[in-house]
Amino acid sequence: MKTYLNPIYSCAAPIELSGPPHHWPVVVAGAGPVGLCAAIDLAQRGIDVIVLDEDNTVSVGSRAICWAKRTLEIFDRLGCGDCIVGKGVEWNVGRVFFRDEQIYQFDLLPEAGHRRPAFINLQQYWVEQILVERCLGLPQTELRWHNKVVGVTPRSDHVAIRVVAPEGEYTILADWLIVADGARSPVRGMLGLESEGQAFRDRFLIADVLMHSDFPTERWFWFDPPFHRHQSALLHRQADNVWRVDFQLGPDADPEEEKKPEKIMPRLRAMLGDNTEFEIEWASVYTFQCRRMRSFRHGRALFVGDAAHLVSPFGARGANSGIQDVDNLIWKLELVMAGQAPESLLDSYATERAFAADENIRHSTRSTDFITPKSEASRAFRDATLLLAKHHAFARRLVNSGRLSLPTTLEASVLSTQDRAGEAFASVVPLGGAAVDAPVEGPRGVWLLSYLDGGFTLLVFDNSVPADAVEVLANDANSCNVVQVGGKSVAGASRVEDSERLVAARYDGKPGTCYLFRPDQHLCARWRSFDLQSLRGAIARATGQAYVEAMEAA
Amino acid sequence: MIAHSLPGTLLNTQPNIQAPDDFYQELVDMHRDLSAQQSALVNAKLILLLANHVGDPVILREAMRAARQDIEPDQSDGTRG
Ligand SMILES: Cc1cc2nc3c(=O)[nH]c(=O)nc-3n(C[C@H](O)[C@H](O)[C@H](O)COP(=O)(O)OP(=O)(O)OC[C@H]3O[C@@H](n4cnc5c(N)ncnc54)[C@H](O)[C@@H]3O)c2cc1C
Repeated sequence: MKTYLNPIYSCAAPIELSGPPHHWPVVVAGAGPVGLCAAIDLAQRGIDVIVLDEDNTVSVGSRAICWAKRTLEIFDRLGCGDCIVGKGVEWNVGRVFFRDEQIYQFDLLPEAGHRRPAFINLQQYWVEQILVERCLGLPQTELRWHNKVVGVTPRSDHVAIRVVAPEGEYTILADWLIVADGARSPVRGMLGLESEGQAFRDRFLIADVLMHSDFPTERWFWFDPPFHRHQSALLHRQADNVWRVDFQLGPDADPEEEKKPEKIMPRLRAMLGDNTEFEIEWASVYTFQCRRMRSFRHGRALFVGDAAHLVSPFGARGANSGIQDVDNLIWKLELVMAGQAPESLLDSYATERAFAADENIRHSTRSTDFITPKSEASRAFRDATLLLAKHHAFARRLVNSGRLSLPTTLEASVLSTQDRAGEAFASVVPLGGAAVDAPVEGPRGVWLLSYLDGGFTLLVFDNSVPADAVEVLANDANSCNVVQVGGKSVAGASRVEDSERLVAARYDGKPGTCYLFRPDQHLCARWRSFDLQSLRGAIARATGQAYVEAMEAA
Repeated sequence: MIAHSLPGTLLNTQPNIQAPDDFYQELVDMHRDLSAQQSALVNAKLILLLANHVGDPVILREAMRAARQDIEPDQSDGTRG
C-alpha cells in the first residue's frame, strides 16, 4: 500500500515463561478495534490487563471505514476521539443512483450543538493504530503480539489460558477473559460454543483505491448501474485520498479470479471513467453473514465484537456495535471486580447487548435483502421502490442501501427504573437511550458529554439537589457525580452553564428535573423532583441489585 | 368465497369502488403492451403507491393476510425463502 505502512509491533517475552503461571485480573483475547477499546477502558479504570494477539500488527488492508457518532463519543471517553476524528474525513451527503440516473440524495445534516458529526470515515488500520498508541500510553496495559491463544479451560473462579508465543508456550490465569478474537473466534470454538444465523450467498469485491480526483466526500450508492449491470456498487471516501469501492458480484463469482488486478482494473475503469488516474491499495472478496451467539457471557468468558455477533457491513454496524459492547461491559466488570455489584450484573451485559445485536442484525439483514433480492417478487418490489423514489418522497424512505448505525435504546433493561406515575419528559433521550450532547460552559470543557465520564452521573437542572444530599451521596459506596445545569454553585457538584439553552431544550429540563446516567452514558432513571431514596434505589437497580432481588424472590 | 369484513377488522372489504367494471378494465388495460416481468413491476409500484396512501400498518397487515388467503405455499421447487 502506498498510503499506509503496517507498523510491526514487538513485546518482551511473557514473564510466565520464566516462572509459574501468573494470575491477572483481566485478559483480552484479540487486539482488533474491540479488544483494544476494552483494554483502554479497563486501564483507565486502573485495572491491569493483558491483551493477546496472534498477529503483530493492525488490520492488514482496511475493513471498517464508517465510524458513527456514538462510537466517536466513546473514543472521546477513551481519550482518542480527537486523534481519530482529526485523521478521518467527515461526510454528510449520500446519493443513490438507479441505472443511469440519480434518484435522490440525503443529507445527514449535522444538527449544530454536538461535539461529533454523524459519521467520519477512516480506514480500520488507522483507528487500530491510534488505539494501540493509546494503550501504549497506559501503564496498566500490556500488549502481547504474536501471542496466540490455543486453549481455554474455564474454572469457577478463574480461566486458564494456553498461549503460544515466539519464545515458547505458557499458561496464563485470568479472573476474567474478554473474548475479542473476531468473526471466526477460535476461543468460541475452544469452548464448544457457536454463533448462529444466516450466511448470504452474494459475493462482494471490496477495493480501496488511491486516486486524486474531484469526486466529492459523499457516499454514492448505485443499484444496477450501466458500468456494472444487475448488481450494486458503492463509492465512499476515506482518509489520504483513498476511496472505498464495493462491487456486488453475485453468488457465482470466483473469489480467487475476482481478486486479480487484471479483473479488478476494468471494473474500476468503467466506474471511475477513462480520465481518472487511480491505483489499487488493497482488495478482497467477501461474503457476508448475520449471526450471533445465544449468550455473550459464559461464566468468566465475556464475548464482545465480531466474536459475539456478526453483521453484513451495510449500515456500518460491526465495529461500531462491538465498541458499544465494550462501553456496556467494562463499567459492569469494574464494579463486579471491586465487589460493588453482584456477578449477575454481567448477565445484564449479555441481555442488553444481545438486544442490540438483534437490532443490528435486523437492520443489516433488511439492507442486504434490499441490495441483493432473493426472489422475483422481492426484486420487483425493490425495483419498483427505486423507480418510485425518483418521483415520490414516500418511496425514498423505503430505499435501503444501509440504515446508518445509531446507538440502541435499551428499552426494557432491568437496570432501568421506570418513570414515576404522572411524570412525563419531552426529552430527545428516552429511558435506556444514550445521552445526547449539547454545548455548555464549565470547568471541564464545552460539551455536556465530557461531564458524563466513566461513573454514574446525576444531571440536574438548577438547584434541584440540596447541598446536604450531595454531601451524603459522596459517602455512598455506589455513588454518582452530580452535574448541575445552572443554579447556584453547590460544594461537591460540578456546575455548567447552559450557554445555548440546548441542554434544557434537548432534555426538557425544568427546575427539579434529574437524569441519572450510567457510566456508559445511557439513561437509567429520571425524576421531576429530587429524592435521595429514589436515587439510591435507582443506583442499586442499575448496579444489579434488581437481579439479586428477582433471584431471591424466585 | 366472498371475503367480507369481520367484526373488529379495519380493512374495508365491502364494495367501495364507484364503478367497479370501469376500474377493473383500467386495471387490466394498464398492463397492455407489457411483458410478464414489466407487469410484475407495475403491479409492485401500484401496491407501494396504494400502501403508502393507506398508511395504517394494521390495515396493511390485514390486507396482506387477506391476499395470502387460499394461496398455499408452493411445493414445486426449493427457491422459496
Ligand atoms: C468489507 C467490510 C467493511 C466493513 N465496514 C465496516 C464499517 O464501515 N463500520 C463498522 O463499524 N464495521 C465495519 N465492518 C466490520 C468490522 O471490520 C468488524 O466488525 C471489526 O473488525 C470487528 O472487530 P473485532 O475487534 O471484534 O474483531 P477483529 O477486528 O477481527 O479482531 C480480532 C483480533 O483477534 C486476533 N485473534 C484471532 N484469533 C486469535 C487467537 N487464537 N489468539 C489471539 N488473537 C487472535 C486477530 O489477530 C485480530 O487482531 C466491515 C467489515 C468488512 C469485512
